[in-house]
Amino acid sequence: MVYDVAIIGAGVIGALTARELSRFQLHIALLEAENDVAMGATKANSGIVHAGFDALPGTLKAKFNVKGTAMMPEYCKELNVPYKNNGSLVVAFSEEEIEELKSLYERGLQNNVAGMELLSRDELFALEPNLAPEACGALLAKTAGIVCPYELTIAAAENAVTNGAEFKRNCRVEGIEKEEEVFVLHTTQGDIRTRYVVNAAGTHSDQIAAMIGDDSVKIKARSGEYFILDKSVGDVVTHTIFQCPTELGKGVLVSPTVDGNILIGPTATETEDRDNTATTLAGLNNVKVLAAKSCKVVSTRSAITSFAGLRAHAESNDFVIGPSKADSKFINAAGIESPGLSSAPAIAKYIAYIITNDYTDVAPNENFVAERKDVFRFRNASDEERQEAIDRNPAYGRIICRCESVTEGEIIDAIRAPAGARDVDGVKRRTRAGMGRCQGGFCGSKVVEILARELGKEINEITKFGNGSNILFEKTK
Amino acid sequence: MINYDLVVIGGGPAGMAAALKAKECGVGSILILERAETLGGILEQCIHTGFGLHYFGEELSGPEYAERFIKELKTTDIQVKCDTMALDISENNVVTAVNKTDGLLKIQAKAVILAMGCRERPRGALEMAGTRASGIMTAGTAQKYVNIDGYMPGKEVVILGSGDIGLIMARRMTLEGAKVKVVCEIMPYSGGLTRNIVQCLDDFDIPLRLSTTVIETHGKDRLEGVTIAKVDEKLQPIKGTEEYIPCDTLMLSVGLIPENELTKNVGIEMDRVTNGAVVDEMRQTDHKGIFACGNVLHVHDLVDYVTLESQLAGQGAAEYILNKQPKETVYVSTTTGTGVRYLVPQRVNIKNPNDVKLYFRVGRIFKNAKVVLECDGKVISSKKKVKLAPGEMENVIIPADVLASMNESGVICVRVEE
Repeated sequence: MVYDVAIIGAGVIGALTARELSRFQLHIALLEAENDVAMGATKANSGIVHAGFDALPGTLKAKFNVKGTAMMPEYCKELNVPYKNNGSLVVAFSEEEIEELKSLYERGLQNNVAGMELLSRDELFALEPNLAPEACGALLAKTAGIVCPYELTIAAAENAVTNGAEFKRNCRVEGIEKEEEVFVLHTTQGDIRTRYVVNAAGTHSDQIAAMIGDDSVKIKARSGEYFILDKSVGDVVTHTIFQCPTELGKGVLVSPTVDGNILIGPTATETEDRDNTATTLAGLNNVKVLAAKSCKVVSTRSAITSFAGLRAHAESNDFVIGPSKADSKFINAAGIESPGLSSAPAIAKYIAYIITNDYTDVAPNENFVAERKDVFRFRNASDEERQEAIDRNPAYGRIICRCESVTEGEIIDAIRAPAGARDVDGVKRRTRAGMGRCQGGFCGSKVVEILARELGKEINEITKFGNGSNILFEKTK
Repeated sequence: MINYDLVVIGGGPAGMAAALKAKECGVGSILILERAETLGGILEQCIHTGFGLHYFGEELSGPEYAERFIKELKTTDIQVKCDTMALDISENNVVTAVNKTDGLLKIQAKAVILAMGCRERPRGALEMAGTRASGIMTAGTAQKYVNIDGYMPGKEVVILGSGDIGLIMARRMTLEGAKVKVVCEIMPYSGGLTRNIVQCLDDFDIPLRLSTTVIETHGKDRLEGVTIAKVDEKLQPIKGTEEYIPCDTLMLSVGLIPENELTKNVGIEMDRVTNGAVVDEMRQTDHKGIFACGNVLHVHDLVDYVTLESQLAGQGAAEYILNKQPKETVYVSTTTGTGVRYLVPQRVNIKNPNDVKLYFRVGRIFKNAKVVLECDGKVISSKKKVKLAPGEMENVIIPADVLASMNESGVICVRVEE
């Protein structure tokens, strides 16, 4: 068979693009090299929906950021993903930085950012009393928010599959040829034929583009390290707290997450290895020192985990979005770094527009359902909702993850969902089982058992995140 | 709403001993809530021996030790609900719990005993850089895989932390055919029992490296190795001492944390050192009718002491329910003197007519030292000790007549004299 569109990369861009395209009667394949969606840059970033004052006016970053941020609340609502419009603050720590805030404000106006306000020291501390006393002013952006990047991606992929798209995991594209009007993608799962290709391959998008002779994309991977603090830290800050931006990006932030933790980070270090998500002592130390500048009471003593994420930085310093010069049926969505998550809904919509506009006859998918099925979350449910769920399915009465109150029913749902979980980390990202303060110490082995049972495998075949990341060896003597 | 005189949260050694004692003291209806499928708690996966030497005067395995209490429970009318998770305790002692068969349960209790045990400190709490490969797990998780599930979690193992579970797992993995390359301990002394160091490491020629930690993990999918390094007095890695050790598994035995989420939600006063509730000599918290015992109160090294402590809590709860508590309550705080890291109980009712045993841990290793108990500035007892170590819990007794002679402004202090 020949697909209409093959999307390479199931990150937030790929998954949302698949969903946008599934509004039409198209055969869509969403290809992912790893064992799950959201395994690259999407997995580990700040999860911030930026207001849009950072990007230089006229850039694609500026254009898509403001549009995407405006679309985000509705998308999250349809996809049943938590989104919080908590607002952001760029905090100044000196008179020079106060001047910088003014230029950020001006830039925001040029980018059509609404809801900005320059705050005095007093106004700032009225909003955020726990900031370091050196803080002397801030730029408030009311439209900024927070979202969980992988949850959004999981939901988008699930919804795309529900609406007819196919998800292929462990399907790494190793070469591309063109036979007349059809691309032949040589993948680790065999050849895939398609009329259009969307290149959403993150830190590998230049390598994918090069397969059709497009050398316009040049990617440098940048690693960013973070800490997640225990929920017991509470709301030391309610807004996302930025420092003034530097050459390498928006600097170290202190922010609540939609799940109620505090996130601090990231650093920004270029890395040769495009899949390198190792943390470094120096990097983590840096995060600690820089975060303390914003908020002295934030201590990594309450850290429950640290991690590193990757950003696909394009040498052009802007997104690379649109048909390739080498082949107009090959659409690039490359160099997607911050504000990539904020821009994602708008980028996806734009790519779907390019393809459907170019296609000679494409009809809308009349069976398209925009709403993702309600997901039962024990920890967020009222007593009545809990009882009702247990009556429906007793597995909702069996708590597997104590720290995050995740039930067996929710884990089974996550595995059985369209584009569902196939490994321990996949269950974790979908349900939060293992994401609490014990980090899976108690529930890890139970999740392995449930995965094995649901997938019809032995427990030593279950992996942490696909490939060779098996957890157990052979049976004991 | 169901009604019970006493609800015990946790069916491990602490919960079982507390419930049995309360029954013996005459409490009517008792319910134990246990989140695992069976009673016994962590003892069920501790198939090595060494349990019960103090309490039963014989050496038992973990499951055997638990079995004695499970059997005794069966001879009583104490109710047990396994696979049941307690979610909340309200101001007026209504316990909310959930399971597959009953759904949501609301249980009105006259008294509650907290016996939820503890959990292992995870990697995230450590400053360890590197990849997120599989093969990094707590020693307790590894123990469950080997002893309960019957699968090998690794073949070439490095263990970080010389807590008792880490030491036990070093021996267990070796007996199962794995190669345990080294046990690293960041402190200049081991946090485990001396007998475990001898029986689990020395007997198998497994090296223990003190003042050494793991600073980095390597390997993208499965762990391929770790970098270890010596640390200075401030526990910071010393440059130039790094060493790469190939391994497929890193087990963490880096401390235990009492599981006090329920306790904190009730608003019970907590001890910042033990990470458990502040209690009196009967293990009653500042919330009347709520008691705590076992590892949820402070981490023990021997289950025998958990049993003894839990019996106190059971008796205390019974006295509360049956209105037999001392008529008067006059609390005196216990104070940690030189060398003593914490004391349990943190306060003593001087109107209690019995001897009171204080449990404590020291902050570092002492050799040929004296444990001194002072009440109102007067030395009550001074006991010589050849060795005191943070890994071994100690105790000292305040005689009843000394308590009776004290008044409300009294001072109880335990210190170490070198």
